[in-house]
Amino acid sequence: MKAAITGAGLSDLGRNTQRPAMAHLAEAAKRAMAMAGLTRDDIDGLCTYPGRSDASPGNSPLGTGEVRNALGLKTRWHAAIPEGPSQMAPIMVAAMAVLTGQARHVLCFRTLTESSSQTAGRRASVSGSGGERMGGWLSWLVAAQAVSAANWAGWMATRYFHEFGMTREHLGMVATGQRAFALHNPLAVMRKPLTMDDYFAGRMISSPLGLFDCDIPIDGASVFIVSAPDAAMDCAAPPLWSEARGTALDSQETWDQRADLTTMGSHDAAADLWLRTDFKPHDIDVLGLYDGFSIFVPIWLEALGLCGHGEAKDFIAEGNIGPGGRCPVNTGGGQLSAGRLHGFGLIHETCLQLWGCADGRQVEGAKLAACGTGGGFIAGSMLLRRD
Amino acid sequence: MPSLPHLTPENTPFWTGGAEGELRITFCAACNHAIHPPEVICPQCLSDSVEARAVPGTGTVYTYTVNHQPWLPEMEVPFTLAVVDVDGAPGVRVTAPVVDADPESVGIGQRMTVSFRQQEDVWLPQWSPVR
Repeated sequence: MKAAITGAGLSDLGRNTQRPAMAHLAEAAKRAMAMAGLTRDDIDGLCTYPGRSDASPGNSPLGTGEVRNALGLKTRWHAAIPEGPSQMAPIMVAAMAVLTGQARHVLCFRTLTESSSQTAGRRASVSGSGGERMGGWLSWLVAAQAVSAANWAGWMATRYFHEFGMTREHLGMVATGQRAFALHNPLAVMRKPLTMDDYFAGRMISSPLGLFDCDIPIDGASVFIVSAPDAAMDCAAPPLWSEARGTALDSQETWDQRADLTTMGSHDAAADLWLRTDFKPHDIDVLGLYDGFSIFVPIWLEALGLCGHGEAKDFIAEGNIGPGGRCPVNTGGGQLSAGRLHGFGLIHETCLQLWGCADGRQVEGAKLAACGTGGGFIAGSMLLRRD
Repeated sequence: MPSLPHLTPENTPFWTGGAEGELRITFCAACNHAIHPPEVICPQCLSDSVEARAVPGTGTVYTYTVNHQPWLPEMEVPFTLAVVDVDGAPGVRVTAPVVDADPESVGIGQRMTVSFRQQEDVWLPQWSPVR
């Protein structure tokens, strides 16, 4: 028995939209319900990541209660999942909820208004600027002045380059390739071609990562409807079955102590995924891989077994992951070009591919998608299958 | 400046060892496992008998990044963050800013020695190249 994604919706994404978070959420929710052929009265569950949080400006302005109020929902089950297996945790938890009968149709959402917050002078995704004392894993990084994930990803990339001879040009191929996809995605925020010269002209952020290796803060919302197997059969769109989910985590909750920093939690979650399905890496038609920073893409490729450890640079250089490639990754442009919906946007795009409605970027006959979200110790993976 | 850590019984030796010029890492007294970030229990053998010990304060750069972005208003850039394998504490890395060196001169495998910068009641480690 599998749970299914039966609807998916994005709001109109943008930079500095100055639009209320709830306006984005409501737009995405209406689009997702329309796709599933459901009405508000069919929705009996609600789930999000991480829940309302004011810790990082615009990172999660809406919680389940506010969404319940605004959409006039009557729910039988709800949860916010701040510490689950990566940003896709609410989809995984919703799958468990519908399979255990707690709900029939769960609306899963993620809303961000980081671009508007940043424009208002409150920098997004920087930790430890509040002056108050901190605890937990983040406190060790912030005390070292490593206040941005760009630093943590940067030192991973340095080690990876050192061990395997990857260069910035390989990461440039990730960035320019995803931009080439974004030109065919009307919702992507970056829709001008990006050349390798443009990539190298971007200023350095945290070596070896430059401006175009970093994803783009935006305003927007993403909604999925996760449905019970029998309920899914009544929906308008073909069910996208959550074939398997990998959630293992073998090392500490840190960004610097993992014995091999050319691997991530992604490797644990991906190994776990393949234990839960008969499909193999070569069955995958399309991928959504977390690209908060470009370096995560090759690491996720290796984690999922698309190529061997240290081989991602050649795999990328051979053109496998870009437009026309054998294993297209982040076909909507990803977070690097479409905008940072914190993993949800990547999953949305793989759903469009499986439904065959990805327009000019459609991967012919895509039936099986792999999603991997998270960087560092944060990781979750999922296979989505269309019959 | 970036936020300081809350001092707790398990992390106080690490954050205050600099007052005596010592880099202090927590070890398990039962199985000798080096525990970092420090815990009140040994994650390897679950013994409650853990203790902070001074290590030599030297190590080898495992990886690094040169930060060019002023994330916070008073942050001076560029500076290098080094992730250092610590001598005398197998498996433990201490990540800290590099001082007394050209930010672009730091490399993997480079030998480093620790010093400390006091801020309120916390002594923050910083690495500089062994000369």
